[in-house]
Order: sequence, then structure tokens, then C-alpha cells
Amino acid sequence: MKMLEIKNLHAKIDGKEILRGINLTVNAGEVHAIMGPNGAGKSTLSNVLTGREGYEITQGEVIYKGDNLLELEPEERARRGVFLAFQYPVEIPGVSNIYLLKAALNAVRKHQGLEELDAIDFLTLVRSKMQLVKMDEQFLHRSVNEGFSGGEKKRNEILQMALLEPQLAIMDETDSGLDIDALRTVSEGVNALRSPERSFVMITHYQRLLDYIVPDFVHVLSEGRIVKSGDKELAKELEKSGYSWVHDAPEPEGQPA
Amino acid sequence: MNDQTQQLEAITQKEYKAGFYTDIESDSLPPGLNEDVVRQISMIKGEPEFMLEWRLKAYRHWLTMDTPEWAHVHYPEIDYQAVSYYSAPKKKTDGPKSLDEVDPELLRTYEKLGVPLDERARLAGVAVDAVFDSVSVSNTFKDKLAEQGILFMPISEAIHEHPELIKKYLGSVVPQKDNYYAALNSAVFTDGSFVYIPKGVRCPMELSTYFRINAANTGQFERTLIIADDDSYVSYLEGCTAPMRDENQLHAAVVELVAMDRAEIKYSTVQNWYPGDENGKGGIYNFVTKRAACRGVSSKVSWTQVETGSAITWKYPSVVLQGDNSIGEFYSVAVTNNMQQADTGTKMIHLGKNTSSTIISKGISAGRSSNAYRGLVRIGPNAENARNYTECDSLLMGDKCAAHTFPYIEVKNPTAQVEHEASTSKISEDQLFYCKQRGLDVEDAVSMIVNGFCKQVIRELPMEFAVEAQNLLGLSLEGSVG
Repeated sequence: MKMLEIKNLHAKIDGKEILRGINLTVNAGEVHAIMGPNGAGKSTLSNVLTGREGYEITQGEVIYKGDNLLELEPEERARRGVFLAFQYPVEIPGVSNIYLLKAALNAVRKHQGLEELDAIDFLTLVRSKMQLVKMDEQFLHRSVNEGFSGGEKKRNEILQMALLEPQLAIMDETDSGLDIDALRTVSEGVNALRSPERSFVMITHYQRLLDYIVPDFVHVLSEGRIVKSGDKELAKELEKSGYSWVHDAPEPEGQPA
Repeated sequence: MNDQTQQLEAITQKEYKAGFYTDIESDSLPPGLNEDVVRQISMIKGEPEFMLEWRLKAYRHWLTMDTPEWAHVHYPEIDYQAVSYYSAPKKKTDGPKSLDEVDPELLRTYEKLGVPLDERARLAGVAVDAVFDSVSVSNTFKDKLAEQGILFMPISEAIHEHPELIKKYLGSVVPQKDNYYAALNSAVFTDGSFVYIPKGVRCPMELSTYFRINAANTGQFERTLIIADDDSYVSYLEGCTAPMRDENQLHAAVVELVAMDRAEIKYSTVQNWYPGDENGKGGIYNFVTKRAACRGVSSKVSWTQVETGSAITWKYPSVVLQGDNSIGEFYSVAVTNNMQQADTGTKMIHLGKNTSSTIISKGISAGRSSNAYRGLVRIGPNAENARNYTECDSLLMGDKCAAHTFPYIEVKNPTAQVEHEASTSKISEDQLFYCKQRGLDVEDAVSMIVNGFCKQVIRELPMEFAVEAQNLLGLSLEGSVG
């Protein structure tokens, strides 16, 4: 089943074209890694998919589970199962983590026509998910991401993912700022969430994350296009030779110039 | 304007929910103010001679005073002769003896406001002294409280029944000549609440008053006096709404609190007077003097206020820390939207030794509003080891609103420790997007972020009020994110 289909996607920010014809199909259950040098358009892609403001889509379309994703409000996309693990999770002073988690889960449940969870059921659920990312219960009562270390923030993102059980999880540079232990914890959390119904798009600059979360496909993004696709071996090749060669790569076949 | 801004503006353009008008006959004095009007008010209330003298003294002094102009607010000059100074629901007989006798229309008004006046009140354990325009119409729980010697009644009744307390305490914290609006209030106040907690008594329930300005062109001048005798405790809640009208209405209340030795008073306000429309037409002028005297040793007064309404708010709930080791606290959230103006804050006057005060002020500005914190911390020469901590945070929503902070600090004793922290921030697009990406709509996201910002204040409110305040914050916020 096709989860996500990106067709000839072009997007601008401040008049500058960043995405210049992205084509990508992600089937249910697949893990795709998108790699590329700084400025290739990796973060723009995740922002456009999740509906952040400020981007102008000039061409192309994105089909998510049969619907035109780009027509939906960001919160609507989220409720339908599109989740972004942020590169820089945002601090919200005074709002406890548990409050945000509960509000988010109930927003999704409401959309699915389910009853809101009461406090006790919610706590039971969230506790079970916290074990996945080895988080202490005190995290629930701290303000959202406020004063969290880099590793804590990323684990918190994975906790939210585990709780909301998205169908399409987009992970933006989840490995950045993580030491090796935190990277392992986060990866284990993600691996536990892999399932035949769930797809992942992992955006990363470095290959090391892919040692822990092994992708089915690897794509190289450069100057707003996917210039090369392959399996996990491609990532290792990139690690060896760097990104300099990608600029010289020919236009992929079948792409409009 | 981007999408997010538009969405935010849409949320904010909500209707004022309490903006209905109750159609009941009322007895009003014709507009205008002179000595005769003062005498008439006193006569209608059947007051003893000393009150009339007290009022006239205030009135005569008021004539010599000028409107204060130092506040950071702007409005056309008020014509005090165009205001009616007395409005009361028409009495059927001698006034209602029980709820059954209260005008059902009136009760429906309270119902719409969510005031738990009837059985719900009993269940909720809230004693309500409801002030409708200028006369208290119902006063629940009075008898139950009386068993413990607690007096909770309209101040007009207290003037008759407890003149010795009135003579001793009325004007003892806010003198008649204190300021322009206090003088006006002293001359023409028509009702309000009176509370006396005897020595050693802990008031077993939250005492609550709902004020509502109903009749057009009437000013509301309540007078509230709360006395907590030695070793007593009371928590008092005040909630305010007013119907929508195009004209501006004046509300000049005076609240006086007296805390004796080791007594504690907690005074919480949720103020949702009609703020005027998005162009600044109509709305309440809320010119209020609230002051507490921590007269006894180790006494404590906490003011907590959530101010979301009124076209103009001019209000500085203050504490005079006379007793040694006494404590003053001020927790405030002031929200301004559209064309609202607020100049609010507190004064902490340290006179006794080892006195301490805490000020937490959260200002939220949206639309084209202006929100100012104005605070004074004064440490007198004899206030050894006085301490103050002040925190003033402003949150801006959009780029057409303004936030100002005017902290005044006067220290006359070298042992004082005074701390002041201030911050100004905006709701960021990053925060909003983060919440939306988790499935929350903008409205819930803004409400959540704002409530987080105000948490230090909201948690000081009694539970039932905290919920109301949180809802109000969500409702009254609109604005934009720049």
C-alpha cells in the first residue's frame, strides 16, 4: 500500500526555490533515509510535508493515503497520522509535558472517533510508553522541553511518537546532538515502533544513525532533487566519499529538467 | 498578514459571552451629582447620621480634586453629571427574604453567568453575596456563617447592624481623601460586601461576590470591607461581568482589607467586565482602589487577580505591611485585547520589621491594546530586614500591541533586599507550529501556551476559580503573532 507519494514537488521560501522536483514513493512499513549535504533541502522537505508556514508550493503534489496532503491544515495532517520528530523541539514554559501529551493524544483520538482517555487510563498508557525510551516519570511534570538536555528532548519526541502511534513518521535530524548512549536509546525506541503499517522518513546528514535504524531505502538529496537512490549500502558509500560527488551527478532519468 | 495571524485574529474576535441585558424595572436616581444626590443615597439606604457626614466629607473633598493623569491610559473626559448614582431593582415588598422571592429574571441572569446562587451553591460550598447593580439581592449561607460569629452581609446592612465596626474600620485603609475615585466612591457608594472574621476562626468556605452592572448609564460604586481579626483566615472571591453596551460605564470600587495579628486574607478576583468592541466602543472604565493593611504581627494578605475585561483598568491592589513579620503577595494576570488599556500593578509598603512581599505580574497584550505594569516597592526607615521579590513578565501577541513596565523602588533602610526581574516575550510561530504538529488547533495551542505563561498566578486561585480563569484566558485572547 502506498503511504506517501511525492510527485515533482517544487517549493520556494522567500522567493528562492529550494525543492526543485522531488519524486518519492514510500510504502507502508518502509523506512526511507534521506541524506544530503547542508542546504540540500532536507528540512524544507519535512516542513512542507507537515505544513509549516512560509513555504510556497509552486508545482507538484503530495498524496498521503490517497488524499492531497498539501490541502490539509498542519493539525489535520497530524491527526491523520503524520508525525514530525523535530530537529529542535520547542520549549513551552509553564506547560507540563503530561498536559501536552494528553492534549495531543486526545486530539488524535477525537479525530478517530474515540473517546478521550481519562486521567488514569492515560497515565497507565504513558507510563508503558516511557519505558520504551527509558524516561523517568518526573519528565511528565516538567515544562515541555524546558531545561531538557539535547538527548532528553529527542527522547521526548520519540515518546510523543510512541504515544500518538502515527502512520507516517518524519524524523528530522533526530541524531543531531546525541551522544552514543542517547542515540542507542532513541534508536531502540524507533525500532520498537517499526511495523508493517507504519512508515518512516528519516532525514539525516550522517550515516551513523543508519547503523542503528537500518533503512530499506536511502536517497541522496542535492540542490532540491533526489539525485541517487539505493539501499543501505549507498549510505556507507556516502560516508566514505562524502557529498562532493553529488553535485556532478547527472539528472536522474525521467525527471523534468 | 499571514494565515496564522488571521487564524489568531479570528479566535480573538469572539463575542462577549456575558453580554446580555436583563429587563427588569429598576429604581434609579436621575443622572447628576451634587450634595442632594449624596443625601438622597444616604436617605434611600436609611443610613445613620454618621454615614451621611462621612459621605459629605468625601464629596466635598472630591470637588477639590483633579482626575489622576499619571496612568498610561487615554480616554475622553468623563462627565460625572451624566452618570446616575443609584439604581436598584424595584422592590416588590420589603425585598426578598429568600431565593423564592427574588425576581426570576434576575436569577436567570445569574444562571447565565454561572453564578451558583441556589442549590448548586450549597453543593459547591460557595457562599454568594450577589450585588446586582447597587443592592445585594441574595446572601446565602449567612446563617450558617453566623454560627461561628462570621459576619458576611451587604455593607449597607452592616452599617445598620454593626455601626461600631464600620466606624472603626471604614476608610481606615483607604481614606475618603485617598484619591479621586476613592473620594467619589466614598461619597456615593451604594452597596458592597462586608466580612468580619472573629478571633481564631478559620472561615470554613470560600466567600464569593459576583458583581454585575446592568442598568445603562449607571456607575457602580461598591465598597467592600473585610476584617480578619487575630488568628483568623478567610478566602474571598470576587467575579465581575457586565452586559454589552455602547456607552462606557464607570466602575469605581473601593476594597479595604484589614488583617490583625497572625490573620490571613486571600482575595481573588476574576474580572471580566465588558471590554468594549474591537474598535474600542463601549466597555467598562474600571477605576478601582484596593488596599490591604497587614496591621497585626505575622499577618498575611494575598491578592490574586485575573483581569481580562474592561475598556480601561486602573487598579493597584496594595498591601501596607505595618505589623512585624507580615507578608504581602500580589499575583496578577492582565490580558488586554483589541483597544483595551490596562495600567495595573501593586504597591508594597514595608513599615514593619522582617516584612516580606512577592509580586508576580503577567501581562498579555494582543490586538491594538496597551498593557502597563506599574508597581511601587517602598521600604520605610524602620523596616529592618525587609524583602521584596518582583517578577514582571509580558507576552506580546502581534505587532500592534504594547507592553510597558513602570517599577518604582524606594528604599530607606540599608538592610532591605529588593529583587526585580522582568521579561518580554512573544508567542513564537515555532511554539504554535509544534503544538499544531501534535494535532492541537490554534485556539487550544494559544490557550495552552498562555496558561503556561500564567501558571504561577493561576495556581494561586482557588480551584473553581482557576478553571474559570483558564477558560476566560482562552476566550479573551485574540491577537496575532509577529
